[in-house]
Amino acid sequence: MPDYLTNRIARLGRGTMEAVASLGRSAGFLWGSLVGVPRPSVGLPLMVRQIYNIGVLSLAIVVVSGLFIGMVLALQGYYILSDFGSESAIGQMIALTLLRELGPVVTALLFAGRAGSALTAEIGLMKATEQLSSMEMMGVDPLRRVIAPRLWAGFISMPVLALIFSVVGIWGGMLVGVQWLGVFEGSYWGNMQSSVTFFDDVVNGLIKSLVFGFVCTWIAVYQGYDCVPTSAGISSATTRTVVFSSLAVLGLDFVLTAVMFGSF
Amino acid sequence: MSDRSCIILDDVVFTRGHRRIFDGVSLTIPRGRITAIMGPSGSGKTTLLRLVGGQLKPDSGRVLVDGEDVSRLRRKDLYQLRERMGMLFQSGALFTDLSVFENVAFPLRVHTPLPDDMIRDIVLMKLEAVGLRGARDLMPAELSGGMTRRVALARAIALDPELIMYDEPFAGQDPIAMGVVVKLIRELNTTMGLTSVLVSHDVPESLSIAHYACIIADGKLIGEGTPEQLKAHPSPRVQQFLNGQPDGPVPFHYPAPDAAADWGCVVPGEEDSRA
Amino acid sequence: MAQRTTDIIVGLFILAGGAALLVLALQVSGLTLKPGGETYSVQAYFNDAGGLSSRARVSMAGVTVGRIREVTLDQETFQARVVIDIEADYDSIPADSSAIIRTSGLLGEQYIDISPGADMESLADGDTFYETQSALNIERMISNFATGQGGD
Repeated sequence: MPDYLTNRIARLGRGTMEAVASLGRSAGFLWGSLVGVPRPSVGLPLMVRQIYNIGVLSLAIVVVSGLFIGMVLALQGYYILSDFGSESAIGQMIALTLLRELGPVVTALLFAGRAGSALTAEIGLMKATEQLSSMEMMGVDPLRRVIAPRLWAGFISMPVLALIFSVVGIWGGMLVGVQWLGVFEGSYWGNMQSSVTFFDDVVNGLIKSLVFGFVCTWIAVYQGYDCVPTSAGISSATTRTVVFSSLAVLGLDFVLTAVMFGSF
Repeated sequence: MSDRSCIILDDVVFTRGHRRIFDGVSLTIPRGRITAIMGPSGSGKTTLLRLVGGQLKPDSGRVLVDGEDVSRLRRKDLYQLRERMGMLFQSGALFTDLSVFENVAFPLRVHTPLPDDMIRDIVLMKLEAVGLRGARDLMPAELSGGMTRRVALARAIALDPELIMYDEPFAGQDPIAMGVVVKLIRELNTTMGLTSVLVSHDVPESLSIAHYACIIADGKLIGEGTPEQLKAHPSPRVQQFLNGQPDGPVPFHYPAPDAAADWGCVVPGEEDSRA
Repeated sequence: MAQRTTDIIVGLFILAGGAALLVLALQVSGLTLKPGGETYSVQAYFNDAGGLSSRARVSMAGVTVGRIREVTLDQETFQARVVIDIEADYDSIPADSSAIIRTSGLLGEQYIDISPGADMESLADGDTFYETQSALNIERMISNFATGQGGD
């Protein structure tokens, strides 16, 4: 067998082994940070602070994006639907698109870029400056003290952000559709209400955003915790967070959509 | 195992990747004394502290702290053991999002059920010991390098540990800050009876405060004894390290292929023979 | 920032999430807070249920009076058996009313329209519609028209 071929195969093998090892490490890491909940008096304030850092500070970008996406959907929807004379259906189109897909997915992508990268960089820097090590040497488990509050905060923040995103988007769609393009307000809401079902659309969207919140935060904190503690290492870990989170969100979205709305 | 020894390394082997960092190191660190562990950069001095703290596990051999094998301890016991250890990191490793006061209070808040006013008293006492009681409200970013290390020291002794490990306490300090650290290490040792382990490559400072010193190079212990014994050590490698000679048993040149071949010069005689 | 301020802001953040959920539930999906309300169920058999699905609207004179609970196949008659939940408030629908499958708009979803009869008795729980009209199959109509067979 030619040399370059065996080299390729060897590299593939090594890559696979590393990927599996990394997956195993991250699972162990997750386990370590979720078992053994600290005393609420200690853990709760830490988590609240992280919800502030992760959730509240991401609010601005989520609201602005939601508004614009809702407005663009109204415009596009109007021009397509008016060909069929059913422009009053934009309410339904906007609501379903936002609740089922765009709300959870776009929020998760924004979250990965805004909060995920910040989490990775923060934890990576804490590792590089030996803060995590020193915590360990003080007899405090950094997984519980540093990682767990951030994981929970991401898990809680994401659905809240996605809900707000959807509401703002629907409102933005109304601004353009009703105020500007002249769809009747009654048929905007009426069409929406007759086609959106709470448990199918709203709750499924919520489940999606819970899953995304969990995955994105997990990736972000793990990449930070596992990074090479140098400036180059932190920067590549941050990049990996954004790339992996985005891919995971889009891939999982397909799987979840197939399970939730698919007909099998 | 005598009562006088606090830490025992027994034939410890540790490898990282393909590099063998420790190749059978055995070492005894006495209780209540200052022990300096010296060696060139990259000889694994910090790794040694991490082995003692249980953050790393040796490939073979044992690390005993107070008679307990650190690498075999269960997680909970290990964390309990660590509460009795203090460690001063090279960078200080203060928590950047907490003030000086909160940094020192951190171990107390986590490990003791003490009320806030008592924690305050203890923290101020520890800060007073390092001369920084007035800096309690500063953030770590506002501190100079020397002050950072002193705050970290106050934090390391917050729980009144029995053992304290210093990782390169002198590195990158100006002469005054270095003098302060030397004074603090010595005082802590005499007043609190701490077992102190000091890892450093600053020979004069280390030897000036250590009761006992050892030198590690290339994964082996190459010399140990009191500072006087070391200065009179027969080994040329020990002498080269202590006196800072650029060339000696540890060569100036990193292993390299033959210089002539590297530059493409060919010795005239060889040219003839090839032709 | 003081822990207390953070606490308050985070509390508001979570409240905003709850409010958003409420808006989505009430305003967007038209969920009513009163839990379901009392209903009674009647059934109708259709030769062709078309694209009728569960939870579709059941209306009378354009007013929604109930929802479809399920659409199943009757194994004996090979007809579609549709179970309808009608709100208990509407308790005086004549027993000889007919159920018609209609389409809202040209491309909209299908729903059942109840066309009232003249009977003095009213539909009650467990009753069956006497008369039904199946879904209009546009394709079949067009092909019938094209082959000149006319309406049946």
